[in-house]
Amino acid sequence: MRFRYNMAPFSVEERRRPGPDRRSVEISKVSREALEPVIIAEYYPRAAIDIFVEILESDAGTRTAGINAASVALADAGIPMKGLVSAVAVGKVDGQIVLDLMSEEDQYGEMDMPVAMVTRTNTITLLQMDGRVTMEEFDRALDLAIAGCRRIYELQRKALIEKYSESRAEEGGV
Amino acid sequence: MSEVLDEIRKDYLFNLVRRGKRIDGRGFHDFRELHIRTNVISKAEGSAWVELGLTEVLVGVKLQPGEPFPDTPDKGVIITNAELVPLASPMFEPGPPDENGVELARVVDRGIRESGALNLEKLCIEEGEKVWIVFIDVHVLNHEGNLIDASALGAIAALATTRIPCERYGLGNDEKLPVRDLPVSVTAVDIAGEVLIDPNLYEESAASCRLTVISNTDGTISAMQKGGTGGLSPEITKKTVKVAVECAKDIRENILSGVVASLEPY
Repeated sequence: MRFRYNMAPFSVEERRRPGPDRRSVEISKVSREALEPVIIAEYYPRAAIDIFVEILESDAGTRTAGINAASVALADAGIPMKGLVSAVAVGKVDGQIVLDLMSEEDQYGEMDMPVAMVTRTNTITLLQMDGRVTMEEFDRALDLAIAGCRRIYELQRKALIEKYSESRAEEGGV
Repeated sequence: MSEVLDEIRKDYLFNLVRRGKRIDGRGFHDFRELHIRTNVISKAEGSAWVELGLTEVLVGVKLQPGEPFPDTPDKGVIITNAELVPLASPMFEPGPPDENGVELARVVDRGIRESGALNLEKLCIEEGEKVWIVFIDVHVLNHEGNLIDASALGAIAALATTRIPCERYGLGNDEKLPVRDLPVSVTAVDIAGEVLIDPNLYEESAASCRLTVISNTDGTISAMQKGGTGGLSPEITKKTVKVAVECAKDIRENILSGVVASLEPY
């Protein structure tokens, strides 16, 4: 499985030089590792699954948005999976633990922690953190992230169900 | 063939852990023998040679004046790089850093940067024009597992014993680099539901993933990174964080403090 996270040069305030930098190399690695646990790769010997994530406009949380989209896209492509991966970031802004940071919050906040999990098995598959928090704050932040992932999961599920009920209706099915 | 051996060894490791043991006889929360020597490279402004069991990492720090970033005109700059040199492991290839090298450098960098260990304001020479650029270069010399902790320890030990080469650039007398905290990285793997600290190469390859927690003197956490293709339960994650902070305290008080003379006030 290959994963490429790429930001468009115009996606951020100050133009980004095109091509992979060290940040996107790392994000590609951890995002791939967040999705790999759910893919049943045994069905595809000697084959590669390519995932391309293109960030067109960024307001923080791009790696988690990319994982959420990739997870739904894999299911849509009919790849056998053990579950959907849902991701969201938590942070600490002005002393408060908050869900899903925006750009300003990320810039001036005290902590940023992206989390991805397989909600079905309650398994964390991506966890990164930078900032400065106490252990108690970390525990609370992780619980908030897990609750956030469950909400994302419902949206992902709904998107898939809607798509396939539409296509069945078009084919003149039920 | 090696895949078969890996599977057999994995089985063996899991069975050992279920009986409360590790392959090298350590306790679950014990580090391997750790030695840190500083100022081993005279051409570098600071350096540290870390031996963690058979894992060996050399970290060098170089400083030179340069331009600040436009959004932080009054702050010094940290640039971290890691080289997984081919002699360190049959898995390493020559050439530009691959994603493992990039990840290693970025996690080490995050630990130093986010802890605020380096007082970057004090590295300003002339606001908006000239600041000190601190280059942290991690050279992995032998890979027997847990490169992140060995590299992060080497980085902070090297920084804490670095002198700013003011004289060379006509900027007055040499000074001590303003280091005010000692962030310590502790990595663990989950094998058979147990948190194993400082995994060696066998444990690293048997476990599906690792979790790194970098914590500071006051017990706060400043960086985390999960790596590898598996997952962790929320319970194991929280437990790992607690154990990691404890282990970090132990290393800071018993090993790093012997290497580092004194710190700046925070």
